[in-house]
Amino acid sequence: MPGAAREKGSTMSEEIKVDLELDLKGLLCPLPMVKVSQNITNVPVGGVIRAVATDPGSMADIPAWAKSTGNEVLSAEKQGNEFVFLVKRVK
Amino acid sequence: MPEENGQKKLAMVVMSGDMDKLFGAFIIANGAAAMGMEVTMFFTFWGLRAIKKDVGTGKTLFGRMLGMMYGGDISKANPSKFSFGGLGRWMFNKMMGAHNVAKLTELRDMAVQLGVNMYGCQMSMDVMEIPQEAFIDGVKEPVGVGFFLLKAQDADITLFI
Repeated sequence: MPGAAREKGSTMSEEIKVDLELDLKGLLCPLPMVKVSQNITNVPVGGVIRAVATDPGSMADIPAWAKSTGNEVLSAEKQGNEFVFLVKRVK
Repeated sequence: MPEENGQKKLAMVVMSGDMDKLFGAFIIANGAAAMGMEVTMFFTFWGLRAIKKDVGTGKTLFGRMLGMMYGGDISKANPSKFSFGGLGRWMFNKMMGAHNVAKLTELRDMAVQLGVNMYGCQMSMDVMEIPQEAFIDGVKEPVGVGFFLLKAQDADITLFI
């Protein structure tokens, strides 16, 4: 299956199993971060959230949130007008 | 000492009742709560209306006058500049709506939901004749400056807004 479905995403995101998709499009500060934080407990420890935001500030905020809460941003990338995050629940 | 689990803490005085400053206060509070911090918001003087329901307050003549002139709830907050008797508030609400920013009421309700600890300042509640019953659900019992200082002393971040 790897490589089959998505060709635009990074090679990394194709190999990672996503447990939850979050649509954060149109949301502004502080909501992208708040929504990720509210949803992180909806995936198991080790699980991954794929979040798509349009707020450019989220590129700084979501990694900062992860650092502060001890979770991990596996990737954060700009795809057109969207910002796509893979966030792993560490604890 | 409360929880020694390394949880970071934020303690904030909210003295202002201005729309712009309340936005700042609640965005920071929600961000901090989302980042796993324990958040204390101490509302005093003009800030008290931010946690009030839309009910009349005041017992004495002056208290009732204040309740009328500075009444309503958080949605009545005017910007600190360009107030123009409510026109500025209307304009900023329009602009923020167009940019999809959450409303002040929504940010405040979110703060309650995220477990932000909100307190009214007992002394200014007494002076302004605003009872605890006038506050929204989720506001804790009134406290004084000693309580705030204890929280501030124990906090990693303190803010005065």
